[in-house]
Amino acid sequence: MNFGFPMRLQYMISGGDFNNAGAAASSLKKILKQLSIDSELVRKIVVALYEAEVNVVAHAYSGLINIELDHEKILIVIQDEGPGIPDIDKAMEAGFSTASEEVRSMGFGAGMGLPNIKKNTSTLSVESEVGKGTKLEMIIYLNT
Amino acid sequence: MTISQLVELLGLEVVCGQERIDEEVEFAFASDLMSDVLTLDKSGVLLITGLANPQAVRTSEIADVTAIIIARGKTITQEMSDLAEEGNMILLTSKLSVFKIAGELYSAGIKAIY
Repeated sequence: MNFGFPMRLQYMISGGDFNNAGAAASSLKKILKQLSIDSELVRKIVVALYEAEVNVVAHAYSGLINIELDHEKILIVIQDEGPGIPDIDKAMEAGFSTASEEVRSMGFGAGMGLPNIKKNTSTLSVESEVGKGTKLEMIIYLNT
Repeated sequence: MTISQLVELLGLEVVCGQERIDEEVEFAFASDLMSDVLTLDKSGVLLITGLANPQAVRTSEIADVTAIIIARGKTITQEMSDLAEEGNMILLTSKLSVFKIAGELYSAGIKAIY
């Protein structure tokens, strides 16, 4: 591959804007497909990003996505301004959710988001400060 | 089975993706929970859902779902069909229930993922 790597992308997320949740993942999917990256790998990357976008839209006020792609890996950092996560271990448990009824009525909020991000990434780190926001850093290696 | 055979079998309406109806589907999944759809380990499945909203379409695009059947004759909004067009999705509707659609397709040889 030779596309002027590393490639850097940035997207904004607005809290509560459900109709645009997934816009970044959708855009990234089209870009990764053009780069002929393996479709199963693309699926893992965009599912992880989409889950994170939905989390920001559902829980935070705003968020910023920074993506860096090189020959070996994709690094995705999602930083939000929001209420933060008081207990990250609890949030990582499958089935634990603090989602509103509105979020649930849209088909989300089953407490599967963070566990599913972990499942689809090579590494995931979650840092959060209550009252300030949450930062997710995920890496997916391209040659597994 | 091809999408077009499926359309004929169930009397589905093709809302988007007419140009792709010769594509094959082998597996299907039925859920109104999009979080569940996002945990599937398989691409190219058919999704049967009662959830008629843009999130169902977006989730299907992200999860590499080949085609969506929206059950029970629900209205497809402009936003849903726009998203489906943009994501090159096949969007189908049926007056039948999720249970009936799933039963018919299972009998016709469409397989479950799990």
